[in-house]
Amino acid sequence: MKRYYVMGLFSNFEEAFSTISEIRQHAIPGVTVDDVTLKSPIEHPEIEEVLGDRGSPVPKFTLFGAIFGMVFGFLFLAAAQANFLVQPQGGKAVIPLPSNIVLTYEMLILFGVISTVIGFFINARLMTKRHPLYSEKVSLDQVGVMLELDEKNVDSLKELFKKHKVLEIREEVSQ
Amino acid sequence: MQTKDINENIAWAKINEDVLRSMENPRMGYWVALACCIAMISVAVVAEIYQYQVGMGPSNLNWPHMWDLYIATFVFWIGMSHSGTLLSAILHIIQADWRKPIYRFAEAMTTFSLMTAGLFPIIHLGRVWNMYWVLPYVSDRGIWPNFRSPLVWDAFAITTYLTSSALFLFIGMIPDLAICRDNARGWRQKLYTVLSMGWQGDDRQWRHFRKIYLLMACFLIPLAVSVHSIVSADFAMSIMPGWHVTTFPPYFVAGALYSGCAAIITLFILLRYFFRFDEYMTIPIMEKTCKLTFAIAMVWTYLNIIEFAATWYGHDMVAKELLINKFIGPHAPFFWAMLFLGSVLPFTLAFEKLRRHLPTMFVVSLFLNLGMWLERWMIVTPTLSYSYQPFAWDVMWPSMVQWSIVFGSFGWFGMLFLIFVKVFPSVSMYEVKEMVFHRRHYHSDEVANKLHRRASDDQSGAEPTREGA
Repeated sequence: MKRYYVMGLFSNFEEAFSTISEIRQHAIPGVTVDDVTLKSPIEHPEIEEVLGDRGSPVPKFTLFGAIFGMVFGFLFLAAAQANFLVQPQGGKAVIPLPSNIVLTYEMLILFGVISTVIGFFINARLMTKRHPLYSEKVSLDQVGVMLELDEKNVDSLKELFKKHKVLEIREEVSQ
Repeated sequence: MQTKDINENIAWAKINEDVLRSMENPRMGYWVALACCIAMISVAVVAEIYQYQVGMGPSNLNWPHMWDLYIATFVFWIGMSHSGTLLSAILHIIQADWRKPIYRFAEAMTTFSLMTAGLFPIIHLGRVWNMYWVLPYVSDRGIWPNFRSPLVWDAFAITTYLTSSALFLFIGMIPDLAICRDNARGWRQKLYTVLSMGWQGDDRQWRHFRKIYLLMACFLIPLAVSVHSIVSADFAMSIMPGWHVTTFPPYFVAGALYSGCAAIITLFILLRYFFRFDEYMTIPIMEKTCKLTFAIAMVWTYLNIIEFAATWYGHDMVAKELLINKFIGPHAPFFWAMLFLGSVLPFTLAFEKLRRHLPTMFVVSLFLNLGMWLERWMIVTPTLSYSYQPFAWDVMWPSMVQWSIVFGSFGWFGMLFLIFVKVFPSVSMYEVKEMVFHRRHYHSDEVANKLHRRASDDQSGAEPTREGA
């Protein structure tokens, strides 16, 4: 079954928001706000008011990375220092906690940061091909509202876009 | 008089245009500056080759003066690196949006300062081929580096900081790299296509971007503080007079922020002048940076006084004698210069007229950094001149080899920065757009009314007014 991708470019956020709000109120039967992708030149947290809170699992990657870094860091140091058992320690602790805390702390941060970045790359779906409907105008000053929908809804969506003073409509058909 | 951080009526397309224009073909002045930097690096390379061939003798480093300009300059560059990332992260978390036009070059400054600082322990080592001994690897006798040593902590901390701040700089730049990709041709387009990693500006990407930026900022603040605390531990963990001081970690962190802020002022003025960024790097933003620098300068001054008082009343005779020697001994001119440049000169930042006069601020910022460099030198050298053993008391002045390498490090930093500003956007386009958008939005009548209604919800039926909105 053919799937249609339609993107409308708007001159401002207000018109784009109004369009999404109408979609949210089922202005087009069978199309929900989950089918909407908003493309914008800037970050706009208020968009979640209309798109709904979609959450981000990136902090879980951070937590995992930080805990892993902390455990790995300490165990790595302790394992290395345990090798010193063959050497005289002069009464000092084989595994000294105060000095190990410093390096454990650094490892916590290093792995936390790296894991956060990996989490971002995965969840933001970076390093993938750009969508054919991507418009350079989105990186300039226009706001794009893109939907994936059936053929029967394409005309209603275009009408909705036009009602909200869309500047340009682009579409793509996938098999 | 300009009072707004940014003009909210500036068009988004113009922001792209202005920043992208700054990355276009360099003018003659750029090439001259680059040539000067390369000449400075060449001087340092010749000095280093000479030192490498002959040994550490020509540097004048000999017992008890094992540390001198190399270590002082290492601490200086580490300090310089602090303002970029640390201020960017702190100001991001507290949502001070005036950071937006200036944080990009400040973060780049952090990365390049660390890349410069990292060279000094290697140069200082003399036997550069043994540098890998500090890395955590096991030798064939099962011996690891001494993890109790602050020098090993340094290696860990600086590597972590360099990695994290480079990632922070890169992640923050991805949306701008996508703008560059959409506007570039030839090799630049290929480069930006790879670096922008397929950024399309959709809500999914922005949502995760917002999260990662906040999380990284949260990591970088304690990291930056820990890095300079660890650098201070190189000194404070020893029992040398003048170094074994409890206030050293906050003193180093304050000094780092101070020199970093001063460097931000210098680069702010240069970029504003040469790239004509008058509309983004505005006078009110300059004023805020100056006020911040002044506040940090006062913290630094306070910590200095605390250190002097602790030494004076501590009854450690060697430390006290060292302190007196700093004031009246052979290093006194430099020590007094440090105090004047670090504690008295910043009072120029307290005057609005001077803060708004860019040529004055440019000169002041250079002198503040000179003061901060002297501070590091005055930490390292006098202690080794007047230590516990009077028979070893001696004043050693750095040789031309040391001076040449220190001189070259400024060329190295300058070269990296000059390349950066021509290859990458030195002003964050998307964040300036956000700044403009929010200011425009919050100044609109509709929002003003809405805000006021929300505040007076309990007074149902009351006519909304715009007062205070």
